[in-house]
Amino acid sequence: MVTAMDTLPTPATGSEAVPLSGPAAPPLTDDELRALYSLMVSVRHLDTSAIAWQRQGLIPGYAPELGQEAAQVGSGFAVDTSRDFVFPTYRELGVARAMGVDMVAYMSTHKATWHGGLYDPLESRLAPIQAVVGGSVLHAVGWAHGQTLTGPADGRLGVAMAYFGDGASSQGDIHEAMNFAAVMKAPVVFFVQNNGWAISLPTELQVAGGSVAGRAAGYGIPALRIDGNDVVAVVDATRRAFAHCRAGNGPVLIEAMTYRRGPHSTSDDPGRYRSLNEERDGAGEDPLERFRQRLLADGVAGEAFFAEALAAAKAEEEEIRAGIQALGPRPGSEMFDLVFQETTPALRAQAASWREESEHV
Amino acid sequence: MSDVLLESEPSMDNRSPRHGVEQLSMQQALNLALDEVLAENSKALIFGEDCGRLGGVFRVTDGLRAKYGNGRVFDTPLAESGILGMAVGLAMAGFHPIPEVQFDGFAYPAINQIVCQIARMNYRSRGILPMPITLRVPSFGGIRAPEHHGESLEALFAHVPGLKVASPSNPHEAYHLLKYAATRPDPVIFMEPKSRYWQKGEVHFDSADATSPPDGSSPGGGSPTGAKVMREGRHLTLVAWGAMVARCLQVAGLAAEDGIDIEVLDLRWLKPIDEAALEASVRKTRRAVVVHEAPLTSGLGAEVAQLITRSCFDTLKAPVERVTGFDVPYPSGDLEDEYIPNIDRILFGIQRVLEYRRG
Repeated sequence: MVTAMDTLPTPATGSEAVPLSGPAAPPLTDDELRALYSLMVSVRHLDTSAIAWQRQGLIPGYAPELGQEAAQVGSGFAVDTSRDFVFPTYRELGVARAMGVDMVAYMSTHKATWHGGLYDPLESRLAPIQAVVGGSVLHAVGWAHGQTLTGPADGRLGVAMAYFGDGASSQGDIHEAMNFAAVMKAPVVFFVQNNGWAISLPTELQVAGGSVAGRAAGYGIPALRIDGNDVVAVVDATRRAFAHCRAGNGPVLIEAMTYRRGPHSTSDDPGRYRSLNEERDGAGEDPLERFRQRLLADGVAGEAFFAEALAAAKAEEEEIRAGIQALGPRPGSEMFDLVFQETTPALRAQAASWREESEHV
Repeated sequence: MSDVLLESEPSMDNRSPRHGVEQLSMQQALNLALDEVLAENSKALIFGEDCGRLGGVFRVTDGLRAKYGNGRVFDTPLAESGILGMAVGLAMAGFHPIPEVQFDGFAYPAINQIVCQIARMNYRSRGILPMPITLRVPSFGGIRAPEHHGESLEALFAHVPGLKVASPSNPHEAYHLLKYAATRPDPVIFMEPKSRYWQKGEVHFDSADATSPPDGSSPGGGSPTGAKVMREGRHLTLVAWGAMVARCLQVAGLAAEDGIDIEVLDLRWLKPIDEAALEASVRKTRRAVVVHEAPLTSGLGAEVAQLITRSCFDTLKAPVERVTGFDVPYPSGDLEDEYIPNIDRILFGIQRVLEYRRG
């Protein structure tokens, strides 16, 4: 049986670390553990396939999350899509998959079909894919403040979860967001995936003090610094954070320590800034294999289940691949039609001349 | 005038519950407009630095926190990117944020949230997450303020796809334009001419357009979505917005003493620009001068001049002239009057156009 999460010590910077209120989340059931494994396999398979798709010319680019499956699936798994809202970066395939987002619509952004992706952000509870590093974290604060203004329907607030990384933690917006959220007691979970690298820059050259979680104390925000490669620890921490926020206690920061095993993107060449030895040492144990061993040891799942999960992942990937292949370009008229709710004469005129000159209509 | 912003006329809920005419300062007119917007739309929120307890450094939100509570009108920490990033999230949650940036120059730290987020979220989300954000920005110069407290950012904002930009010239316009802007489903940068906050004028509540201009000349036309003729004339069109409208009306009065009959067109919307109003006016007068406080190069005057040239080229008697600020950082108070287009400089611009002879 898998029990307590592995909580790493939080280096306090300047002031005392703030405790997290509320009870620990109940332990995961065996069904939940198996579901988490299936999700992680599905995400691993899809993520590695996406690199292949880029090499094959199916998509022009991709930002892989190899090695971050536990952090992404575990946190996305804890979201209540009936009331919460999630603000992703451009590297959140695992979160999207765990939340049940349409993956063809999600991947469409990597096919260069539409910047934010084609999924419905309101229905899926996932904000459009965000290319500005740290750009959406303040949006989470605003959305969350809106929940406190509206008030909880049944004593439980909707929670905003904002994803960002060690690189984004240098952005001023992140600090404004943490300060605003703490001052306003907004129900926000700041979910930091510290994957060790911001393209070529390692965390030690990025994060003063060595920890993003350590900064939370300065804002009076409780922080959990966890082993982000342990999916059970991630689910547990995220659920605890959600419970804290839901009860109106204000924001929580989770720093999930993980490792970006792949390149920053399909255009990146990690060989220019880290050696294979460094990569192997930094990456540690594969989170997927680690979870597999754990499920085996605890008797929660066996080889037959793992084989089944892989087969399902492959079938799903084929389906998604076919969907992406079938995805044609959006009509050019959408360039003009989707700028405003109430369009302008200038846009109408430009659309008309575009039609005339480009489509010869 | 053409209805340039909307396909349809504004709905009934945009009408004022008040009737008749009142003498108000622009600050009072804006305050009243915000009061009514808050009363009519429970999703409307006002926030920013010192907007709540203090009522804003210009008192535009005075009394609103007391009336509507801290949930509807609230103070934020001092961080402009934070304020506008929050506005995005609140809009995503179904609110109509009316944030304030305390002074125009303070919009710079928030440019990422304005340009990359507010302006693009509707597009990025394919229209599913509209951004009904009315960003109030006390704008332009003329109050001897410290650095970055007097900037003219209209060209910067107007250049960004996804933003609309409006600027009122007097209390009547301020009341109606703000009420209109704050009920739109798209982001509007609302540039309030801070040098005009304390000038009083008639506000006609029954109609946005039945007003007489402050100088008592004949009434102009125009829906809340277009430009507005503030004074009719035959010889030349002065195109202006914000605080420059009053100055152009002054100039027109002086020119009239010399028998020069000047039309003053208040653009009101800097994006979208009412092209039909420009064309109608300049086709009649055959001459145009654009006046703005912002620097000359790549200023909005260039855009206006091109629109006029395109639609009126065959009737123009002279190239469109621009009288503007200079390509210099906004100067300190002592030099402010040298920088902002003054009556003499506008008159010289008019003279250049009137005396132009084809080579």
